[in-house]
Amino acid sequence: MASTYPVHETLITGDKTLKQVTEDVCAPIERGPTWLWWAGFLVSVSALLLGIAAVSYQVATGIGTWGLNRTVGWAFDITNFVFWIGIGHAGTLISAILFLFRQKWRTSINRSAEAMTIFAVMCAGIFPLIHMGRPWLAYWVLPYPNYRGSLWVNFRSPLLWDVFAISTYFTISAVFWFLGLVPDLATIRDRATTKLRKSIFGLFSLGWDGSNRTWMRYEMVYLLLAGLATPLVLSVHTIVSFDFATSVIPGWHTTIFPPYFVAGAVFSGFGMVLTLMLVTRKVLRFEDYITIGHIEAMCKIIIATGSIVGLAYSTEFFIAWYSANEYERFVFFNRALGPFAWAYWTMVSCNVITPQLLWFKKIRTNPAIVFVLSLVVNVGMWFERFVIIVTSLHRDYLPSSWADYTPTLIEVSTLVGSFGLFFTCFFLFARFLPMIAMGEVKGVLGHPGRMPHVHE
Amino acid sequence: MNRRLFLGVFESEDDVLGATREAREEGYEIADVFTPYAVHGLDAAMGLRPTRLPWVCFAFGLAGAVLKVWFEFWTTSVSWPVNVGGKPFNSLPAFVPITFEVMVLLAGLSTVFAFFWTCRLFPGKQPTLVDRAVTNNRFVLVLVEDSAGFDALAAQALCEKHRVVHTEERVERPGEELRVWKEAA
Repeated sequence: MASTYPVHETLITGDKTLKQVTEDVCAPIERGPTWLWWAGFLVSVSALLLGIAAVSYQVATGIGTWGLNRTVGWAFDITNFVFWIGIGHAGTLISAILFLFRQKWRTSINRSAEAMTIFAVMCAGIFPLIHMGRPWLAYWVLPYPNYRGSLWVNFRSPLLWDVFAISTYFTISAVFWFLGLVPDLATIRDRATTKLRKSIFGLFSLGWDGSNRTWMRYEMVYLLLAGLATPLVLSVHTIVSFDFATSVIPGWHTTIFPPYFVAGAVFSGFGMVLTLMLVTRKVLRFEDYITIGHIEAMCKIIIATGSIVGLAYSTEFFIAWYSANEYERFVFFNRALGPFAWAYWTMVSCNVITPQLLWFKKIRTNPAIVFVLSLVVNVGMWFERFVIIVTSLHRDYLPSSWADYTPTLIEVSTLVGSFGLFFTCFFLFARFLPMIAMGEVKGVLGHPGRMPHVHE
Repeated sequence: MNRRLFLGVFESEDDVLGATREAREEGYEIADVFTPYAVHGLDAAMGLRPTRLPWVCFAFGLAGAVLKVWFEFWTTSVSWPVNVGGKPFNSLPAFVPITFEVMVLLAGLSTVFAFFWTCRLFPGKQPTLVDRAVTNNRFVLVLVEDSAGFDALAAQALCEKHRVVHTEERVERPGEELRVWKEAA
């Protein structure tokens, strides 16, 4: 109870009662959409439509519409794929790993972070699909009995590992999210005033009645899913990094990739969580739920994972020099000083240099500055993937085959379209579903924001 | 069954926790407790046995892993062995990632479905709430009145000690499950 720790800030500020939590969280979905919502939604839908047009065109014409060439066979699409998968990782970190570590502040942000995960994985999934060139044959990646032998898929290929990792990740994340939603959907059902709302939320809340026998099992299922999702999320980006690390391309063929990619994913994901949450708390007036304390905690995770990423960048360079491998040395020399040096230094300044500002409490507690920094992290992490992919490929072993790479308008439109899909989904989520897990926040009301010092 | 039930409606987690603990110590039969969020310690206060769902998780996870290793071995070494870069047909270490993913997928899905099954949660189920505010801000302790020694006044006193908001008595509708209620006449 709040009165137990009078000196310290509580996790949720504003001395909320249980009823107030329900009212506050349900308010945005029960009142009509605001003009701000319509503006954001329409911009997102326009971006999505642009993306749909671009994808339709490239599927109809072929992936010759991309800027790829014989030397640079992977570029924009795989960059976007890894970028979006990385964004998703923060959601699982918040819902699963922070749950296992008993970080109670996660309850205010886990619902939207998990939603973000699901939407980001959807965006990610589009890119390998269209990269196949004939997406209508995408089911060929599944091991099903067929009339070609059966000729089975190659279980030794990291690209196939990706298929299983991403689809499992999407399924488990969606189930985890829905499970968390059920008690909250029941809350909305029980306060619904219209028949339509009552029947829709009644359908999806599965007849939830708040029985403690159900809650007990629910808590266990939550714990088990968290326990499963934790190694799962680490495995997903590990496997994504295997796409590169198991090849023999200098710049990709390194054992540092799995931890480096996972840290980068969490780093970029928290960047996106902060971007979204800082806007959400302002627009939907959730300042008492997503407090400055929450923002600070996320900034600390950003600086921790950002430092791991920075360490990985320097380790790569050191090993390139220390290995005395001439090709490895060349790739890193080329990265920092070659034609894509601008991309490399953008990456370094966004991911390593600017996040250092977060060491200062004054900056961590200023939402406007943190918002800008979170955008910088997003940009930096997109460039990281671009740098890893394009600079390692464009100058290969044979100087006569060296090539440049410029994305085409179609590729850029596809990226814009993926942002459109992501934000369209997010706006719909904000309009129709509770953005804060009421059932979890109610359980931490009055909990202290940090461990109290005992003086008595 | 046509049980008579005694309800105590509470406003806070501490109150319902205290009342439940005391009711159990004094030998009342607790039908259920309804809460808006998971109240820690309530399972012990009610004397609930731990759930066996972890076994479902374990069994299906194990089954998923074993079946997947077998399937990978069968497709690559038996059904149609293909030489990929001179690797052995049965390249077990390369099978680890997918085996792990399938294990997680089966363990996770089976646990959630087993949870829905044991708690009888399904789309379209008509919820019968003990109190409309139980998904909002009320905690309800439900005692069974059937035992010979049940004393409604004593139960009332017990609840009042824990700052009960109100108490009432209800009768379960015949032939329907525990959570279906009818207002007592």
